[in-house]
This record gives sequence, C-alpha cells and structure tokens, in this order.
Amino acid sequence: VNDSPAGLCQQESFALPLAAAREAATAGGKGASLGELARAGVTVPPGFVVTAGAFTAGLAAIDPDGALRAAVESVPAADIGSIARVAAACRERVTAAPLPPAVASAIESGYAALGDGPDVAVRSSATMEDSSAASFAGLQDTYLGVAGAGPVLDHVRRCWASLYNDESVAYRRRLGMAERDLAMAVVVQRMVRPRAAGVMFTRSPVTGDRSVVAIEGTWGLGSALVAGDVTPDSFVISKITGEITSRRVSAKGRIHSFIPNGRGVSVTDTPAELRERPCLTDDEIRALAAVARAVEAHYGAPQDIEWALLDEPDAPPAEPAPEPSPAERVVLLQSRPETVWAAKTAPPVAAPKPRPADHVLALFGKPASWI
Amino acid sequence: MEQEGFPLPSQIADVPGAENWRSMYQYFTRFAPDDDKRFWFYNSMHFPEPMPAFDTVTAEIPYSAIGANTARLFVFPTTLGIEHRIVNGRVYITANPVLDPAEIGRRAEVFGPRAGYYFENWDSLYEGWKERMRGLIAEIEAITVPELPEWEDDSVVFEARGVAQNHYLRENFARCLALYSKMWHHHTEMLMLGYGAYVVFFQFCMQAFPEISDQTVARMVAGIDVIMYRPDDELRALARLAVDLGVDDLFTEGCVAADVLDALAARGAAGQQWLDAFAKARDPWFHVSTGDGFYHHHLSWNDDLTVPFTALPGYVAAVRAGTMRVRPTDQLREERERIASGYRELLTTDDEKAAFDQMLGLCRLVFPFVEDHKFYCEHWFTTRFFQKIKEFGALLARQGVLAEAGDVFHLHHTEVDQALSDVSLAWAAGTPPLGGAHFPPIIAERKRMLKVLRDWSPPPALGPVPEALNDPAVRMLWGVTQERIESWLHPSTEEMRGVAASAGVVEGVARVLQDVNEIGEIREGEILVCPVTAPSWAPVFGKIKAAVSDIGGAMSHAAIVAREYGMPAVVGTGDATKRIRTGDRIRVDGDRGTVRVL
Repeated sequence: VNDSPAGLCQQESFALPLAAAREAATAGGKGASLGELARAGVTVPPGFVVTAGAFTAGLAAIDPDGALRAAVESVPAADIGSIARVAAACRERVTAAPLPPAVASAIESGYAALGDGPDVAVRSSATMEDSSAASFAGLQDTYLGVAGAGPVLDHVRRCWASLYNDESVAYRRRLGMAERDLAMAVVVQRMVRPRAAGVMFTRSPVTGDRSVVAIEGTWGLGSALVAGDVTPDSFVISKITGEITSRRVSAKGRIHSFIPNGRGVSVTDTPAELRERPCLTDDEIRALAAVARAVEAHYGAPQDIEWALLDEPDAPPAEPAPEPSPAERVVLLQSRPETVWAAKTAPPVAAPKPRPADHVLALFGKPASWI
Repeated sequence: MEQEGFPLPSQIADVPGAENWRSMYQYFTRFAPDDDKRFWFYNSMHFPEPMPAFDTVTAEIPYSAIGANTARLFVFPTTLGIEHRIVNGRVYITANPVLDPAEIGRRAEVFGPRAGYYFENWDSLYEGWKERMRGLIAEIEAITVPELPEWEDDSVVFEARGVAQNHYLRENFARCLALYSKMWHHHTEMLMLGYGAYVVFFQFCMQAFPEISDQTVARMVAGIDVIMYRPDDELRALARLAVDLGVDDLFTEGCVAADVLDALAARGAAGQQWLDAFAKARDPWFHVSTGDGFYHHHLSWNDDLTVPFTALPGYVAAVRAGTMRVRPTDQLREERERIASGYRELLTTDDEKAAFDQMLGLCRLVFPFVEDHKFYCEHWFTTRFFQKIKEFGALLARQGVLAEAGDVFHLHHTEVDQALSDVSLAWAAGTPPLGGAHFPPIIAERKRMLKVLRDWSPPPALGPVPEALNDPAVRMLWGVTQERIESWLHPSTEEMRGVAASAGVVEGVARVLQDVNEIGEIREGEILVCPVTAPSWAPVFGKIKAAVSDIGGAMSHAAIVAREYGMPAVVGTGDATKRIRTGDRIRVDGDRGTVRVL
C-alpha cells in the first residue's frame, strides 16, 4: 500500500489511503476491511477510499434542499412503477451532476498517488450495517479497468448511483429507512492482472465444516466467476492436515481480463490447453489456504474472501529475486464475515456420557445402525 | 428405460464350462428362492477369487464365529449374524438386522452389561486373549499327522495305549478344524466391539467435520507401535546385520534364497551369526502371509522366502548408502497428537470436546487389539493351519488318494474327512484306499472349473437396492456406502473409483502384480497395482510412488503404509488389476479415490 501523499491528508474527510481506512461508517465495509487487512500485513492492491463524507457532500450539492430524497421517501413500498420512476430520476441526477471541487480534487490526488494514470477498479463500499441491503447493489457497483482522473470521477458517481437502483430503493422503502442517513464509500484500487482469481471460505459453504478452507477459482479476473460466466474449479483443503480433500476441475470456457488504458474488461474464449487445467497448483492452494487461515485468525470468525493470484509479487522486490513463491503472489480483494452458516445454530454433535463405552452401547442400540 | 437395480440371485446363470460349480460347495452355501428378496453384496474384500473347495472353510467358520458373537454372545441389539452364499465360486454376503423395536430393547438389556464388561476391562482381557491365542498357536503347531507304519510301535503295546495310528488321522484332522474354529471365535471376541468404538468416533467426526477424510480419522486413531510393521522391521535389522558382519556381498539384486543361505553357511562364524538371527526372526515374524489368510495359496514368507529375499538387497544397499529409512515413530506420534488436538480445538462447546476425548480415548484403548489381532489370527495361526492341512494332503498323496499334497485344497473339509476314513479303513484292512480312483478326476475337474470361473466378472451386488444404507460399520468393514452402490449401478468407463486411502495425486507407469511373489519385478518410481496388500508387501513401498489395490478400506494395510510413506493410494477399486496393464500411464488421485488410465 502506498504511503499517503501529503495532498491527501488535508482532505482526508473525502479520501483516505487504504491503510488509514478504519471505520465502516466512513470507509464502508469493504474499505474498512481492506484497510484492516493491509494493517494486518496481508497484501491488498494499493488504493484509496472515497469516504462516505464525500458522498454526503456530493449529494448535498445535488439535492441541497432534500427535495429529491423526500420524493424517494414518499413513494409507497408497493408502488413498483413509482419506485422505478423516482429511482431513475435519482440515478440520472447523481450520474450527471459535477462533483463538488473539494471532493473531485481529493479523488484526483488519491488517484495520482497510485501512479501515472494507472488502470483501477472502482468498487462501491456500503456503509449500511445490513449486508443483505448492500447485496442489492448487485454486480453493477464494481467497475474494472478504469483509467484517467475523469473516468475515475465518473465511475465514483456511478457507484453512488447504484444506491438508487430499483431494488435498493424498493428495499429501503419496505424497511422504511430514512434517505438522509444513506451514504456510500467507494474504493479505488490499482487493477491487478491475476493469473487466476476467485473466492474462498474458511469453512465449507456446503457443509459448514470449519476444519477446511474451500476455494473456488478460474483463470484471469474473478469477475468471470462472480458473473457466473464460468463454472470455477473448486478445491477443499484441510486446515489441520493440509490435505487437499476434494478437487473439482471444470471446463472454464471464458477468461475475463482487463484491457489496459481504461478500456474495461474483455471476455475471451479460454485457450483449449487451459480450459480443463486446474487454475491452481497444489502449492498455490496451500498458499491461499494459509492466507485464509491468517485472516480468519485475525478476525476470530470464519471469512468469505475474494482473492487473486498474480504472476509476480504485487510489490516487486528491490533486487532481482528468484521465482516468487505462491505466498508472495497472493493478493486479497475483500474479506467479510461468513454469514450463512454463522446464522445457523447447530445442535452439539454429542455430549459426554457417564462412561466412554456408553457411546458404543448407544450406537449398537440404535435401529438400523447396522444393515 | 431399463429398470435400475442388480440382478436377483436366481437370475445368475452358470458360467459356461463350469456348470458343475455347485459340486465344489456345500448345500448350505447355495442361494435359496427367498434370497431374491434381500440385498447381497460380493465380498471381494476377503474373497477376491473363486473359492477352492477347502478354502470355503475361511467363510464357513468365520461367519459361524462372527454371527455367534453378535447374535448370541454379546447379543448386539440390532444385528444377528452375517449370511453367506456362493454362486459361480464367489462369496456374497448380507447382514441380518433386528428391526422390531421391542426385540431391540430386549436385546439391549443383555448387550449393555456384557459389552460394558469388555470395554471396562479391555487391557487385561486383551492380555488374556494373547495368552489364549498363543496357546492355540502352540496347539496347532503340535498337531502331528500320523505316519501309518507297517506295524505300530512297541510302546503302543507295552504301554498298553491300545489305539492305532489310523485313529489319529481323523481325530487330528478334526482337531485342526476345531482349533481353527476356536481361533475365529477369539478373532471376533473383541473385534466387533473394537470396530464399534471406531465407528462411534468416525460418526462423530463425520458429523462435526463433514469434510474430514476417512484417512484423517484413521490417522488420529492409528497405533504407532503396531506389530504389523514388525516383519519388515526384522528384515531391515537383518540387512543391517549383514553389513555389520561383512556378509552383505551375498545380497545382490535377483539373489536366490537357497543359494544365499548355502553361501552364508560357508562363511564361518559371521555367516552362522547371521543365520542364527535369521532363524530367530523367522519364528514368528516370517509367518506373515502374503495375503489376508483367506486362501491356501496366500503363502507366508516362511513358505516362500522369495519376498524377503527380494527386499533384502535393497535394504542392504540402503544400509551401505546410509539411507535406510527408519519409521519416524516420534514424529508420527507428534503428528497424530497435532491432528487430534487441531480438530478438538475447532469444536465449539466443552461438551463436544469432552465427548471427543471419550471417544478418541476409547478408540485408542481398543486399537492395539484391532490392529494386532490380524498378525496372531490371519497370519501366524492361519499360516500354521494351512501348513498342517497340507501335511494331511501329503499323507493322502503318499497313500495314492491324491496326485499331490496341494490337491487337498480342492476338497471340502468333509471330503477330506471322507478320504481319511477311506485311508484308515484301507490301512486297517491291508488294501489300497479306493479314493485313488475316486478323487483325482473330481479334483482335475474342479481345477479346470476354477480357471474358468476366474474370468467371470461377478456383479458387485445382487437383489433389490436397499432404501437406506449409511451404515458406518458396513462402510468401515466393506466400504459399502450409498455412493458405492451408486457407482456399482453406474460404473464409469474411464475412471476407477475406490477408497481415498492416502492423499495426493501422481501420474506414473503402472506395474500390475497379481501376486506378491512378483515383487521382484517392480522398478523404482512405478505405481503398484495389486489385488490386496498385506504386511509382507511393506518392502516394496520404499520403491513405488503410489499404490492401487482391488481390495481394502481406509484401515487396510496398503492404506496405512501409504500414509506413512506419504504417497497417494487408492484401495478397494474392485478391478484395477483387470483394467490396468503393466506399462500403462495412470493417474492416481488419492484425494478423491479415483484412478484413471491416461
């Protein structure tokens, strides 16, 4: 992560270097989590957060008297037609209006600190506690392969606008949430060019087993997986023994990769020789699992993680180094608490009995325990 | 659409050319019409080949003993015994459940105190068990096969014994069978309870950690100082001794046991010292069988020294090069503790941790028996048993009833008894026995039929598919699970499925060995493909890079040794030795339990 440039500090209410992103209320869940990962020593792509304060300032400029927001609040939750109309109007305003100069310059200097017009990912980072609300933002809230200060500003506005997509507005109306409390942070990070990317869980998403790390991955950008464009390879590795207990290699038909210089993402057919080849070696699987375990230990709870595996370390060594180890090539794009299994309360598997042998007596006393 | 399912027992046609197979087996092993209503599976684990007539004793007696133990002795609440049937020479089995809740309850009341008594006194009972087993072994070793002299010895008269040698033909033969039966009763005496402890722990782990592999559960339980490793350890020690004594030059690749032993005898004191150590190691450790003790032709190292003398040159070379691998027992022990405490830590409640401790503790209490009984029963005793039966065969051959000693194994034990009656009568009457005209054509026909039956592919199961079969015991003993039944119904054409016995994926060249006596053929870095491995195969594990077997589960010998060597293994594939040829490039996936020819 790059050090914060001097220019950013003065305007830190609008833009924060990732390493300084702490509060979800300011940096959004994604931004705060990336900040925490960075501080914990996990490699994340360099970047900065456009804070919730920037959104608030931006919206104040667009809707100084609050009329727009009042209009949203007045729509009945069941009136889908009106929601669509009002939401479209909001999106148009948010996308079209210029940013307040202080916000724009904070973003511009944050971007400048990332290098000479690099390609970046612009990702919305919800500040709402309720993660299911955030999930309504869907896939539109991440933009890959954006380059140049102007396009970055545009895409920050687009992320903001995603708060006004029909489903999100309908959801807020159903819950009767106040529009004035609404805010969103946006994460801007240098693009990575991964050899493979995907998601991993520090427990089995299928069975909830906490003794394994389950990894899904595909060639190129993880967006192919998130968008459902490919069936990913999947691997299960034991945290305790390090054994890879399951591997399912799929025919991965497409590769997403970003086209440099702000031309977005290309989708191409996977070369024949790569289609059915596993996208990870055993060493890479183990390296990912090790990072996953470290992150889980850091948070003290099972995690749902987005990862990418680069061809080279993200921060190139000062001196020419031998072949980089898999561990040096792992970067994380997100980590959040696993929610599905955490919400379930499983009954205890067994309780102790007066004598150990009572367990066996119980087993053989059960009907159909033996054909 | 064809209806899904397995053929019914009554639908199995006789194998052409072996229509007369029933003549080899007893009437009580034949499928009856009512058997069509039940689910049977082929016990390929214990009986991978067509049964020679005598060898059916290895089904008849064990199933008598197991059933007695579960149904009548401990009174297991939910199970009676296992039934077996033979069709086209193959052994099919089914377990007989108790389904009536009232009956289960009635049995449970008896079972609780009885099983509890064994668990509570396990260690001292196991000590007594070993004593009794050594006693049985001493008894079978002491049995003599009568010589049938022209005239009885003076002592029979002057000591007024009054009983002639022909009497002892049948008495001593019956004694062999009686001892074999007792051995099997003791074999099952503690085994079912021992497996029960394992199944309980296994089920717990599967529920708490649904993704845990069978092999990982096994690793938490497995003993470190297991006598199964002893024969191989003895061999390594003999290799070291050969180097120390300076007689190691005799152990060259391809050396022949008899020649080496002769040469050692000519090497003075050093040679003699090695021979003494060798003789000491042979009894009992070389009684280890090359199979699992269910066929007479699974010879022991003592019966055929090829296996140890194939391994010795490699071990000698390793000693010289200073690369002799010693089982890292401390490291294995540490690893076992690390894994167990790793899983324990992941349990969320103290109650679960306490239950885990109880179950694992019980497993480790019973496991020395579970792991070591095989050496006493299937190896040491059974080797002695088959040797003794072969001595009776030699007597019958001398009497002209059989063409050669080994032919005795083509007669059912009741037929051997008949032949001994014949010999007894003939010797008493002073005439040749009549069996010489009776048995040889029967035996020739049986040998021919067995060859024909060998090519039959037995269906993995017969009868209606059971609705539910998630039984952990059947899974552990025979690897029969719902998924396995599914793969039997829909066999993959390219991929062989088995039990993922040891993790890892490798590709390499296959070496298919039908018999352990062929282990001399294996080359460094090949993948071993074999019907079944027993402790006597251990020496080859230093050479190979993966192992595949037709038969076996996660606790089978091949699985355990492969895990120790850290090489991938898939066991219980059913027919890998038929589908793979030596020289094929294959991929062994020890994580998923699959083998593929590339």
